[in-house]
Amino acid sequence: MIAGPPILEVQNLSVALPISGRMVPVVTDLSLSIAPGEAVALVGESGCGKSMTARAIIGLPPPGAAVSGSIRLDGRELTTLAPRERRRVGGRGIGFIFQEPMTSLHPTLSIGQQMTDSLRYNLGLSARAARDRARELLARVGLPKERDLLNAYVHELSGGMRQRVMIAIAVSCDPKLIIADEPTTALDVTIQAQVLDLLIAMRAESGLAMLYISHDLEVVAEFCDRAIVMYAGDQMEAGTPVACLKTPHHPYTRGLVDAIPHAGETRARLSPIPGQVPALGFWPGGCRFQPRCPRQDQRCATRPDLAGVAHAEVRCWHPLVGDAS
Amino acid sequence: MLRFLGQRLLLMIPTVVVPLVLVFLLLRLAPGDPAAQILGDQATPEQVATLRAEMGLDLPLPVQFVLWTKNVVTLKLGTSFFFKQPVVDLLPQYALVTLQTALAALFLAVALGSLLGVIAAINRDTIIDRGLVGIAVLGISLPEFWLALLLIFLFAVTLKWFPVSGYIPPTDGLLASAATIALPALALGIRQSALITRMMRSSMLDVLGEPYIVTARAQGLPEAVVIGRYAVRTAAIPVVTVAGLSASYLLSGAVSIELIFSLPGLGKLLIDAVARRDYPVVEGAVLLIALTLAALNLVIDIIYALLDPRVRLG
Repeated sequence: MIAGPPILEVQNLSVALPISGRMVPVVTDLSLSIAPGEAVALVGESGCGKSMTARAIIGLPPPGAAVSGSIRLDGRELTTLAPRERRRVGGRGIGFIFQEPMTSLHPTLSIGQQMTDSLRYNLGLSARAARDRARELLARVGLPKERDLLNAYVHELSGGMRQRVMIAIAVSCDPKLIIADEPTTALDVTIQAQVLDLLIAMRAESGLAMLYISHDLEVVAEFCDRAIVMYAGDQMEAGTPVACLKTPHHPYTRGLVDAIPHAGETRARLSPIPGQVPALGFWPGGCRFQPRCPRQDQRCATRPDLAGVAHAEVRCWHPLVGDAS
Repeated sequence: MLRFLGQRLLLMIPTVVVPLVLVFLLLRLAPGDPAAQILGDQATPEQVATLRAEMGLDLPLPVQFVLWTKNVVTLKLGTSFFFKQPVVDLLPQYALVTLQTALAALFLAVALGSLLGVIAAINRDTIIDRGLVGIAVLGISLPEFWLALLLIFLFAVTLKWFPVSGYIPPTDGLLASAATIALPALALGIRQSALITRMMRSSMLDVLGEPYIVTARAQGLPEAVVIGRYAVRTAAIPVVTVAGLSASYLLSGAVSIELIFSLPGLGKLLIDAVARRDYPVVEGAVLLIALTLAALNLVIDIIYALLDPRVRLG
């Protein structure tokens, strides 16, 4: 159903951060590609490197970070661009939706000023045209027309309205790709559903490709075409999110799925994954999940390659196949 | 807004009254007699007593206080014992000198300090940043009077760009007047700009780590816009506090600098008046300074509200 050359192609992306004097890997050898109109999810626990992957793609990793690998947007290699050119990828090439709209929007610039700046610099619109366009965008993300939100400030809006503004800014310059970094995490459950519905509707409307970062495999299954499950900076499994949920092949994915609580369930306790995510800089060699894995043996000391299992790609020596689940 | 202004004006009353009462009492409690001072060593006790009676200093303290209060409230500040001129006529000329110097120094401090602070912050941990921080620490550590002497030596004695000391009022030529306050303003402004540099730098470093800066960058905005529009806008808010402190220091008359440059400013007037036990002048000058500082605080609050829409006046 999805065809054409990929909008985004990431190959062997690695990111390391300077932590107390030494470079600590936070993302290792990650590859992914997103076709036009496709929605790909990056799923994993906090600290697994999914946000860092997004920051590396947009070209805004934290200061001092070392990024290697190849990132191509629409066939154009981004990692070798001059800083000024690289910066211009944001806005027109990639729209970014951040997790916390309260702190991610400027506190003392009005919504209108923040929206029109990017329209004027990226699209070369006049002040008046940019304001008109900003007003249209606010209506498009479902904000009430009656309120003159262009002159409002972030602290005057509710959480859901803020995230709608954030989405309006992200799509304002017609990017080819949207990266949404846990866009609903900071919101109330009812508002989460509204914002998610809005994202799904906007995607259906304009055929936007999306990289959706989340820790919630079930949310992702609602609208993403593919999910990539990350653990400790490494890709564990990739496949359709529904398949990941129904027939997980990687023991980590299986652990994640088993830990999801279900309404109406009678068991007294959830089944957590034993042990804890190792701290940054203390990731094991070989398979990252091996110390916590029920199926681990000597082979797991070397890092398995991604291999096709059924319709998924799994990085595991002992994938769960069919009957095992 | 009107309510806010009303509240602030009410709050100004104690800010102005308390220092005035303290100065009234301190002057009369301190040793030294204005009448004896004016008449000199040769005066007989009878002459001194007559003059004291003329000046109203023989009245009991509460009576003097009532008379003085009446004077202050009606803004008749009395006549200087020394100059034999009404204080109301005397103060403006001196205040103008201080105002001129203070504004020049403040402009230098805010403009230079903000600029250097921003430059240091965006070059964080580079040699530029370290150099600027080093210069700022040096600027804060140098005593103003010593810096003033260095400036006189370099710019007035050696290069002869500016006069060594003295003052020409703006009515006698704007340029000549500016030349006389250039060095004092520089001596005062350098220290204040060093303070503002440090504040701006640390404020900018905080702001540059904020998520909304990442958002602005992720939107593809040029770095100059991100810094100049998105970062400086919020970083300037705490800097206003420091600039306000600088302004209140400068506007109350920097005594050492006015003495070194023989500037007839408020600080010099006040020191001389205390030495001469010229009560009306001391009281008048303190009233003026207290009013200025109270007004300044109001101005700073208004600037806050302009910079930060989250601050509500009222």
